[in-house]
Amino acid sequence: MDQTKHTEQHTLVALVEDKPGVLNKVASMFRRRGFNIASLAVGNSEQPGLSRMTFAVNGDEYTVGQVVKQLDKLIDVIEVADITSERIVTRELALLKVKTTPMNRGEIIQTVNLFRANIIDVGSESMVIEITGEEDKINALHNLLSAFGIIEMLRTGLVAMVRGQANGMANGHDGQVNGQS
Amino acid sequence: MELTGAEIVCESLLKEGADVVFGLPGGAVLPLYGSLSRYPAIRHILVRHEQAAAMAADGYSRATGKVGVCVATSGPGATNLVTGIAAAQMDSVAMVAITGQVPRSAIGSDAFQETDVTGVTLPITKHNMLVMDVKDVAQAIHDAFHIARTGRPGPVLVDIPRDVLLGERTEFVWPTETKLPGYKVPGKAPEAQVAAAAELINQAQKPLIMSGHGVLISHAYGLMTELAEKAQIPVITTLLGISAIPTDHELNIGMSGMHGMAYTNLAIDEADLIIGLGMRFDDRVTGRISAFAPNATFIHVDIDASEVDKNIKTTVGMVGDLKAVLGQLLPKVEANVHIDWRLRIDQLKAEHPSHIIRESDELLPQYVVQRLTEVTQGRGIVVTGVGMHQMWAAQHCRFTEPNTFVTSGGLGTMGFEVPAALGAQVGRPDTTVWSVCGDGGFQMTMCDIATAVECQADVKFAILNNNSLGLVHQLQELFFDEEYMASQYTANPDFVKIAEAYGIRGIRVTKKEEVVDAVQQAMETAGPVIVDFIVKEDEGLFPFIPNGQSVKEMLEEPAPKEIL
Ligand SMILES: Cc1ncc(C[n+]2csc(CCOP(=O)(O)OP(=O)(O)O)c2C)c(N)n1
Repeated sequence: MDQTKHTEQHTLVALVEDKPGVLNKVASMFRRRGFNIASLAVGNSEQPGLSRMTFAVNGDEYTVGQVVKQLDKLIDVIEVADITSERIVTRELALLKVKTTPMNRGEIIQTVNLFRANIIDVGSESMVIEITGEEDKINALHNLLSAFGIIEMLRTGLVAMVRGQANGMANGHDGQVNGQS
Repeated sequence: MELTGAEIVCESLLKEGADVVFGLPGGAVLPLYGSLSRYPAIRHILVRHEQAAAMAADGYSRATGKVGVCVATSGPGATNLVTGIAAAQMDSVAMVAITGQVPRSAIGSDAFQETDVTGVTLPITKHNMLVMDVKDVAQAIHDAFHIARTGRPGPVLVDIPRDVLLGERTEFVWPTETKLPGYKVPGKAPEAQVAAAAELINQAQKPLIMSGHGVLISHAYGLMTELAEKAQIPVITTLLGISAIPTDHELNIGMSGMHGMAYTNLAIDEADLIIGLGMRFDDRVTGRISAFAPNATFIHVDIDASEVDKNIKTTVGMVGDLKAVLGQLLPKVEANVHIDWRLRIDQLKAEHPSHIIRESDELLPQYVVQRLTEVTQGRGIVVTGVGMHQMWAAQHCRFTEPNTFVTSGGLGTMGFEVPAALGAQVGRPDTTVWSVCGDGGFQMTMCDIATAVECQADVKFAILNNNSLGLVHQLQELFFDEEYMASQYTANPDFVKIAEAYGIRGIRVTKKEEVVDAVQQAMETAGPVIVDFIVKEDEGLFPFIPNGQSVKEMLEEPAPKEIL
């Protein structure tokens, strides 16, 4: 559809049933419809039997609107919301394995401290750094450390939550809804 | 009493009112067949190929409004269902497919006849599930039927391992509720939207209703027609929307789109308001979207939220059940006459009479369809395959009752004509079904003529035999510089002898004068009949808006050499 094509990253959260195959159904929908997931994080929610997924999706309003509707259409997805324009907190965790030499180790430690990141493993020629924060912060540290040589990086993908009382879902879902027969 | 999983499936089918299932047995699903033998209230129809089971369930569902059920074994049985399931998904047909699976302990081991069927059918079902515990069987079947028939209907596949069907027993408890916290079925639309829609309708000078499959599915044809009559709004039916309003109704202006009537497409071009009801502005309907209805604003009502604003930007897009929404809308719509607009459409029709079949001494396929529908007086059910014959049926058949045109639209599935006709007839045993077939598609599934014979189904197969894959042949002619490749047959079978081999009547028609008589004879003969109409081989299908084009590029007339 012809629409204004202003692409930006959107943050979506979904409450889904914690059953085998659900992740597959979600991922398959993205692939089949040609939507682009920048990151996906899944884990338990506060409600037993339900998981919460956080998606970072790149696209214009129209495309992301389609993503939300198509996700909502999946039977195992209980609720989904685009929370990009809400007041939200977002976090991501990354592990970075960096090449070290006796010469530059001090400089790396300084940089890590500046970012309030942690060194969680030190080897003779490398160290593993853990950082938690918003995406930008992780990108920035990644950039600085690139100069030393990054052997391996792993990012968990974004998790996000709306600030304040709301639980991010339109109906304030309480997990007790049952279909009618 | 404690029951096996297989017995619970049977009990659950009865609870859901499923009294017919189409299927074919095999190892993993044999426990279910063992139980079926003890449940005579469930009629099992043994097909010759599982594709026919799925397509028969589809035809059954479309003709009855009930959920069609098919059964297959694991592995090849289940994969043979796939095309039929995909067709049902594209056309929003309520279907439950039950497949046997290898025992739980063997899953994932590449066991004999193991296929990951829930994986295979994931993108072509509304939902699917693998039932790993006998205690979950009743709930799974209940949920499957609920999902299949409510909201925007669709196929649901339930995969059950052999040892869940026949292992541990459990008490049969029919669930009182579905266990589907993530499943919502829209009902009414917000009043503000309804008011806005009514306002648009009341102000429109040149409104059109586009009535789709949803109008038939939600039994909203009465209300749709009332709306049209009240405000005197001409009605277009999409391919799947045909039969929602009688063909002869003065407001029915036929089918639009790629092979729609020229005047219908031209009317869309001039319209100032399009009211899309239970349809999805699919590319076969719109052509190039940027050039579709350039003067119109859009009201769209659909039960599937993801369809609204997907292809067309609406002014008012309502998510809801059509029957409910039209009930809300009707009182707010003012009576109107739209006299100028209706006269304008009459004029377009007079100037572009694509509904009129040209004079010819040869046996034109359109002519066959026209005479056929004259004899039946638009009664009974018409099923089609996919290709030129399908479009001629859509253009020229008359309909008097809703849900009497059964065709594979979204997937365009050749071979649909045999099993879907069988399924429709089984569902409506008091009705004669005419299956308008292509000689290509018919040969894809004609093995299931045997099933129709076993059922003594009152299905009359009218093969529009052009000795070719006609639609493909025309595409090669028009768009591939007449580089014909693999679109003509050199050794079609004798379809009259095929009929005889199956012990049924076969009639061959080669001349115009024989058409009516053959149709009448077929109608007078009980059970299946094959009528082989040897039609003009290179007859072109028109009007034709080429793929991705607009009404401006519509080809209205056959190319001159064809007229000669
Ligand atoms: C299963 C399948 N395979 C291929 C096609 C592509 N296709 C569309 S129409 C057509 C020709 C159909 O021939 P026939 O059934 O004889 O009907 P006709 O067009 O001649 O009326 C083909 C091959 C299809 N729609 N479905």
